[in-house]
Amino acid sequence: MRKLTRTTRVAAAATAVFGMVALSACGAAETGKSQDAKGDKTVKLTVPSWVGAQANTAVAAYILESELGYEVKQQQMGEVLAWDALSKGDIDAIMEDWGHPKEEKRYIEDKKTVVKGGDLGVEGHIGWFVPKYFADENPDVTDWKNLNKYADQFRTAESGDKGEILEGSPDYVTNDDAIIKNLDLNLKTNYSGSEAAQITAIKKYAKEKKPFLTYWWTPQWLNAEVDLVEVQLPEYTEGCDADPEKVACAYPVTSLQKFLNADFAENGGDAAQFLKNFTWSTEQQNEVAQMIAGDKMEPEAAAKKWVEANEDTWKKWMP
Amino acid sequence: MSATATARPAPEKTAPAVTASRPSLAELLRHPLRGKLAVLALVAAVVVPTAALLWGTGAWPENLTADISAPLDDANRWVIDNRDTHPLFLYFLLHLSNTATDAVGSVYDVLDAMGWTGVLAAAVLFAWRAAGLGRPGAKVAATAFGAFAVCGLLGMWDATLLTLALMVVAVTLAALLGMAIGLLAGLSDRVDRALRPVLDTMQVLPAFAYLLPFVLVFGTGTPAALFCTVIYAAPPMARLTALGLRGADPSVLEAVTSLGTSPWQRLRTARLPLARKQMLLGLNQTIMMALSMVVIAALVGAGGLGEEVYSALSTVDVGKALAAGIPIVLIAVWLDRTTGAAGDRIGQGAPGAGLLHGRSAWALVAGGVAAAVAARFAVGAAWPEGWTVNISTPVNQAQAWVTDNLSSGVPLLGGTEVWSENFTLWILNPLRDGLMWLPWWSVLLLVAAIAWLVGSWVSALTATAAMSLIGVLGVWTKSLDTLSQVLAALVVTLILGVAAGVLCARAGRLERWLRPLLDAMQTMPQFVYLIPVVALFGVTRTSAIIAAVVYALPAVVRITAQGVREVDPAAMEAARSLGASTRQQLLQVQLPLARPALRLAVNQGVVLVLAVVVVGGLVGGGALGYDVVKGLSRGEMGLGMTAGVAIVCLGLVLDRVTQSARKRG
Repeated sequence: MRKLTRTTRVAAAATAVFGMVALSACGAAETGKSQDAKGDKTVKLTVPSWVGAQANTAVAAYILESELGYEVKQQQMGEVLAWDALSKGDIDAIMEDWGHPKEEKRYIEDKKTVVKGGDLGVEGHIGWFVPKYFADENPDVTDWKNLNKYADQFRTAESGDKGEILEGSPDYVTNDDAIIKNLDLNLKTNYSGSEAAQITAIKKYAKEKKPFLTYWWTPQWLNAEVDLVEVQLPEYTEGCDADPEKVACAYPVTSLQKFLNADFAENGGDAAQFLKNFTWSTEQQNEVAQMIAGDKMEPEAAAKKWVEANEDTWKKWMP
Repeated sequence: MSATATARPAPEKTAPAVTASRPSLAELLRHPLRGKLAVLALVAAVVVPTAALLWGTGAWPENLTADISAPLDDANRWVIDNRDTHPLFLYFLLHLSNTATDAVGSVYDVLDAMGWTGVLAAAVLFAWRAAGLGRPGAKVAATAFGAFAVCGLLGMWDATLLTLALMVVAVTLAALLGMAIGLLAGLSDRVDRALRPVLDTMQVLPAFAYLLPFVLVFGTGTPAALFCTVIYAAPPMARLTALGLRGADPSVLEAVTSLGTSPWQRLRTARLPLARKQMLLGLNQTIMMALSMVVIAALVGAGGLGEEVYSALSTVDVGKALAAGIPIVLIAVWLDRTTGAAGDRIGQGAPGAGLLHGRSAWALVAGGVAAAVAARFAVGAAWPEGWTVNISTPVNQAQAWVTDNLSSGVPLLGGTEVWSENFTLWILNPLRDGLMWLPWWSVLLLVAAIAWLVGSWVSALTATAAMSLIGVLGVWTKSLDTLSQVLAALVVTLILGVAAGVLCARAGRLERWLRPLLDAMQTMPQFVYLIPVVALFGVTRTSAIIAAVVYALPAVVRITAQGVREVDPAAMEAARSLGASTRQQLLQVQLPLARPALRLAVNQGVVLVLAVVVVGGLVGGGALGYDVVKGLSRGEMGLGMTAGVAIVCLGLVLDRVTQSARKRG
């Protein structure tokens, strides 16, 4: 019988708790925005999946914490998810964006919850690359017109009788299937599905000195370890990539952008001003990225090292 | 799909399973099945030429497709535009998400406040008490101590606590939800039938596919991660609760009814206590499922161990990923052994009173934890910094050595790269091309025929409808590509798994020795071994298949081993006394008698292989898995959901063609 009474007591307690929760739930919930009261010294930054952008976040976070006295919360999430979180105020800033026209229209123009934060100063470029050791032996491979000649050297079990072009993470914009079709190339895309898998495959090929063709981009820390040469595709002209089905040209050079939550940009005080001022060169970003990826340093340690050695650069960012 | 491998001798009339061994083949010929085959031949003779004339050959016709992406993308947009203002969000959904954040946050705060000594003591004493204080208890307690000490030593203490906090809340919610569903399904046949496909979908629909809508509705971070984990982890609890309620001894219920009890009293005093063992097994499974979501939770910003694994991937640092993966495995092992030992104690009868039993033992546990919490003021709350070991560098060196030496140029064997290439060229490509070469209507007919032969006309109808839905969704070709990979993975898993399972059943020591390895294979996040697999096998579909095999193998090995071991000892004795050789015993007695278990192994293999199709997409599997990942990372809900639904349909088809109707019912 003792067991019975205990069960009854637990049930009663549970009912009470549920009742209280139900009562407290009658009001409208916090949407999260009003929690950021003015004077609150917390900044929330997203940590993207690629190292270059982690370098931005690490350096910005280190300076915000050590020089401006903020507390920085870093949250890891996918790119598009980060846009959504930025709009809701779950994060305050995206430090490096490679172009998301759909999200820019939705959140900046329509909802006005996100504002531009200016250039990061780093120039991003996507393209087709072959390893330098292969380009040295076959200099004419760097022109797309000659790619069909080398297609059989890029062949793998996955690509069948065509040459393989290694693709990366689905995060990144690619027109390669259209380019291959429209330029009539004897190639086939192989989607590696993640940046980690693609990097591992490139490292593996490079170690064995095998020829390969890959979708790749700069800045990227791996470029310091594996020498890659870009294949020249037909020149990029404004609007040549407007129709995704008909693309037959190279990728543009993008100046990478920062974006801030609209509310934060207005009321974020010194932190917002600092993040707007934050701008550095591709080489500087690579230096930090290489410390993180190549030397396997913790991002904070890498940021500290860079900040201590480059006072001239970051002093200019101070509000 | 529940783990109820009853190994009674199969009745003569059981329909043959795909794992047909010799006797069942003979059975097949004198079976009513012959009639079915004759009917099929007749139907085929009429339908095939007609269909060929009508529709010709080739893939699913374009005019029979319907696009579901557009409405899904519209819904996506509506949520974004309305979630700050619409009452549905303000008065309901946002409360859920805020409560979730607060709950996980407060559990973390409590764990953090206890300090490392307190958490360690609590874990050890809890394990000890739950496992029954005696020698088995001491063993489980030692496991708990080792698990937490290693988490600290690897420098993952704080991340472990964060993950633990999320798991505590997620498992509690999943268990409550599962229990509620299980109660309904256990008490009503109609509810049971209606819920079954829902539970199947919850388990097979890739979390990647519904992560995006959850993030949009509940926001990034804890809430989305928590709710996705609950959805994925609740089904086993529901299934096993229902099973336990249904399996209650009828004579006991009869006796209770004759005492004039009300239905509510019967449920509380007889049915639920009798189902306790099954429910504990369900809890155990729920915990394991929840832990497998840790890394996926990190994709939406939940932090913890998953984030460590994920960020290690961006620098291709296997050692760091492993250092974060090991604690996940260890937490799983700790909880598995603790709940397992607690389950073993049920029904052993109440031990005698004394200081180490009942309430006084719990008081002892509480006292020990309190003392350890107090100790934090002496030694500090955070894990001591000097007490960490960096395994990253040696692991990376070992990884490099292995890939250098095994990937190619191995004498005689050729190396992993050569295998991968040959496997792709000679098995995967012909299989895929063969499936794609088949005209679409013939695939449907084939599915219907097999499902009918194995099960009933109802399963044939379901399987065909699922396959047609794939066509209607417009992902026919991609689905056949994925199907070819799933089939190849399934065959490899079954060959290896059944062989290993039989070995384990015959040599008990081997099983004990393999147990930690199987545990690790099942709970180690696939993201950790993504890089070594690609380094060894390249960005190919073979890598995707390896990932699937590693994940699905442990369940197949365990189910097979259990099935073979539980073969009626009398039958074995009879075989031995007739002078049957070991081989004869195995092939003619043990395996045929273990057929129900083997069938369950096939079915579980299907579910588990499908569950990692998405992971396959991350290492070169392409097709549906890649689309799901792409849908999430590009915010294209339509794309991801379509591919996710197609995966569920494939699961349905494979389930119906591998499981006889009677077995399922």
